[in-house]
Amino acid sequence: MTPEELEDIAQRERETQREFPQRVNVCVAAGCLSCQSDAVKEALVKEAASRGLGDQCQVKGVGCMGLCSEGPLVSISTGHLYQHVSARDAGAILDSLQGSLVEQLLCPTDTPFFQRQKKIVLENSGTIDPERIEEYIACQGYHALVKALTEMTPQQVIAEITTSGLRGRGGAGYPTGLKWSTVAKAVGTQKFVICNADEGDPGAFMDRSVLESDPHRVLEGMLIAAYAVGASQGYIYVRAEYPLAIARLKTAIRQAERLGLLGANICGTGFNLHIELRLGAGAFVCGEETALIASIEGRRGTPRPRPPYPAMEGLVGQPTLINNVETYANVPPILRNGGAWYAQIGTEQSKGTKVFALAGRVRNTGLVEVPMGISLREMVFEIGGGIPDGKEFKAVQTGGPSGGCLPRETLDMPVEYESLARAGSIMGSGGMIVMDETSCMVDVAKYFMDFCMTESCGKCIPCRVGTYQMHRILSAITDMSAAAQDLKLLEELCDLVKHTSLCGLGQSAPNPVLSTLKYFLEEYQAHVHEHKCPAGACGVKMLEKVDA
Amino acid sequence: MSATGAVRTLKIDGRDCSARPQATILEVARENKIFIPRLCQLEGLSTVGACRLCLVEVKGSNKLLPACTTTVDEGMEITTSSEELASYRRMIVELLFTEGNHICSVCVSNGHCELQTMAQRLGVTHIHLPYRYPKKQVDASHERFVLDHNRCVLCTRCVRVCDEIEGAHTWDLMGRGIDSKVITDLNQPWGSSESCTSCGKCVQVCPTGALFEKGRSVAEMEKRRQFLPYLTLMRGERT
Amino acid sequence: MSRKRLATVWLDGCSGCHMSFLDMDERLIELAEKVELVFSPLVDAKEFPPDVDITLVEGAVSSEEDLHKIRLVRRRTKLLVSLGDCAVTANVPAMRNPFPVQAIYDRAYRENATLMQGTPHEVIPRLLPYARPVHEVVHVDVYLPGCPPSADVIHYALTELLEGREPELSARTRFGA
Ligand SMILES: Cc1cc2nc3c(=O)[nH]c(=O)nc-3n(C[C@H](O)[C@H](O)[C@H](O)COP(=O)(O)O)c2cc1C
Ligand code: SF4
Ligand code: FES
Repeated sequence: MTPEELEDIAQRERETQREFPQRVNVCVAAGCLSCQSDAVKEALVKEAASRGLGDQCQVKGVGCMGLCSEGPLVSISTGHLYQHVSARDAGAILDSLQGSLVEQLLCPTDTPFFQRQKKIVLENSGTIDPERIEEYIACQGYHALVKALTEMTPQQVIAEITTSGLRGRGGAGYPTGLKWSTVAKAVGTQKFVICNADEGDPGAFMDRSVLESDPHRVLEGMLIAAYAVGASQGYIYVRAEYPLAIARLKTAIRQAERLGLLGANICGTGFNLHIELRLGAGAFVCGEETALIASIEGRRGTPRPRPPYPAMEGLVGQPTLINNVETYANVPPILRNGGAWYAQIGTEQSKGTKVFALAGRVRNTGLVEVPMGISLREMVFEIGGGIPDGKEFKAVQTGGPSGGCLPRETLDMPVEYESLARAGSIMGSGGMIVMDETSCMVDVAKYFMDFCMTESCGKCIPCRVGTYQMHRILSAITDMSAAAQDLKLLEELCDLVKHTSLCGLGQSAPNPVLSTLKYFLEEYQAHVHEHKCPAGACGVKMLEKVDA
Repeated sequence: MSATGAVRTLKIDGRDCSARPQATILEVARENKIFIPRLCQLEGLSTVGACRLCLVEVKGSNKLLPACTTTVDEGMEITTSSEELASYRRMIVELLFTEGNHICSVCVSNGHCELQTMAQRLGVTHIHLPYRYPKKQVDASHERFVLDHNRCVLCTRCVRVCDEIEGAHTWDLMGRGIDSKVITDLNQPWGSSESCTSCGKCVQVCPTGALFEKGRSVAEMEKRRQFLPYLTLMRGERT
Repeated sequence: MSRKRLATVWLDGCSGCHMSFLDMDERLIELAEKVELVFSPLVDAKEFPPDVDITLVEGAVSSEEDLHKIRLVRRRTKLLVSLGDCAVTANVPAMRNPFPVQAIYDRAYRENATLMQGTPHEVIPRLLPYARPVHEVVHVDVYLPGCPPSADVIHYALTELLEGREPELSARTRFGA
């Protein structure tokens, strides 16, 4: 494939699109699908056909539009968005393409939820059909790959990524350019690229959404990475709980191979990359890179000490690049627009945008992509629309089980790697859970500890037994049966597990406890000394237990 | 990294040491008679860095590093003991005591147990965390050996020796976190294992009384490990 | 110099630690010059007296009676010493802990009983859900592990304590010693 041929496909596709004066896009990503958006789509197709609109009005399934809480979402070519759509509304929606809008279904899009977002990773989500490669190409898809292969050396590609300041979106925020150049320089008989799509944080669905809405973007990112580091084999490690993402990835891989954009002798340049899927069986720890590699190799998915890092000794002992889905998804636009373009978005140390799964006690929940450096206050009160039911904001949890709970005092803090870490949390992969006054912070800490305890792989002692012991103490506190010295013991365990565990799971497992101890110590003390839960959450549970 | 082949010089606890490249901190410390506690590591087997007892401070690293898996570098400065390390190590040993059911006084390995010795050496006089008292099984189905899960510390030495030295791979792990356990074959009774060669290497490398020979009473089970350095030497694979 | 007031108590243990105490043999005479044994299974005192300087506790806290006893002892003692593995770790008495108390009663008083099957309620103190080390119930000042700790170690520990020093015990004894 030459740049010209690619442009040809793009042109043809754009013309086909233009033939339809009217278009209706139905979200068929997992969120809306779970409220039967497939039935909505079917009804629209049928209705359009019965009206003989087949060649005028195009009805298509698209990826996530973000406001998942209001799904099923449908957008129409007049630029309007409908929410809570059901199959019954098909006729009215088609009418509205020319006539008056369906007022009761209208979803306002001039709100901060839509206006404050900046879409780079999600630029195609909700507008293209994820099952057609032509649509991706029509949106400049694979242009970056062809440009890299035909106009750039691997070093130039890496330089561009380095300039962009992109950092890993899988949690730790390691500079992507640096990682790529390490793998590029490493010596081995074969090199590998791996896409980490094991997304295991409870409540997080950024990666799933990208894979379901725009799978080719991830393939293109991997292809560019493989070219840059000299890899010839790639794996996407995706959780088996994501059947839709898996199906769309399979389709995408087949389509890219057919067009010669994936496989052997890509674009006639002699560059080869084969990509295979590997399905994760649901262990959170298999998202940790060394455990993931063990799992791909067919061994028990447990982490091993690093160094050696996968960049030096990864899959079957060979240099391996492992990046997160969202990291790869950022690569094509960076190459298209230049690293400098990307670097001007965000803050000094955190460049670009980040996708967050906003959840919990806010009016708008769903998927948002915002520039780095936005404040937590803007996230919660503007994009999230504030706390519903007249309740008071209490804390926002970022980073899932490895992160922390940030209180009101930190609301004006910018969302970026360093600030979050300084405040005792982490950026993590992008989970963001808002809590109001009815949440008990000890209970929240216990919930995450329960998660870490159950997901601990059991290899190292501090994590295996330490998380159990911490969970026991937290349970005692919420049961109002803890003794005064238990708080000291809890702190001691946090310190131990954080500093002596083998992998990131154990090292970060104490974070939810440490951050709540730091900002909400009085809640712990109330449970321990006064046998009271200030939020009223734990007391209620005790009553339930008695009733049951 | 400096060129392979050249001798590395480094400091352990302020003492100048020299080491061959690729040597681990633990190996160099041992050659220089500097004690670093260890439980999962055993000379002759691969290292897993699981028990975390051998963690040491390395100048310039903000993380504690396992001496058993960290290879030396030119100019490294290592501290093997500090108040902080000592308290972490004590606590890790305490966690092991709370995890299983370790009743030293009635154990076949009493007096010959690495966990027991480690506790004493690190100054653990009592366990200040609550015990778990799990209900665990004993597999006595093998005609010569017994596996008592109550005493297992999940060091995986048995798994490694069986796989790497005997080549049978009878042992493995199942379950996650605190529910992990060692198993024979696909979690079948040991006595019914078709892959087990009854060589007994697992029994000899086990640091506690979790694996022992039948017929041994309290304090009678001494482990014999001479075969390991001998076999590795003969094979010339690992040094 | 006035003699220190020493006591020993026996909770859920086999009395082996007390036997080891007696194994100090002639050193007991020398000890008797420094201490007054105000309460012990070895002497005839019915009630645990107040103002005890040092109490050696043998045994785990297994029953309601143990619990009452150890709380009283703690209130009336300056220095409490966990003597032996049962006091320090709950040891053999803890071997019942993985099982529910009712299962223990059934095994002991029904399945294995030939005469008078049935759980006794009046004469036998009720078991706690778990046999526990002493320090999980009250504060302990000195830990003296061993099953039993040797007479030498007991002697050493007492001598040090009487001299007002903290004994260095981990070099001299261990769990199961
Ligand atoms: C317990 C644990 C779970 C992890 N899970 C994931 C995951 O689900 N997805 C992911 O991309 N990275 C995960 N990571 C981070 C990976 O180890 C690795 O750092 C990341 O994939 C590197 O990609 P990046 O540089 O693009 O972020 C996890 C790390 C730990 C310690
Ligand atoms: S920290 Fe936890 S998850 Fe990581 S290796 Fe240790 S036991 Fe396994
Ligand atoms: S000996 Fe190094 S971690 Fe166990």
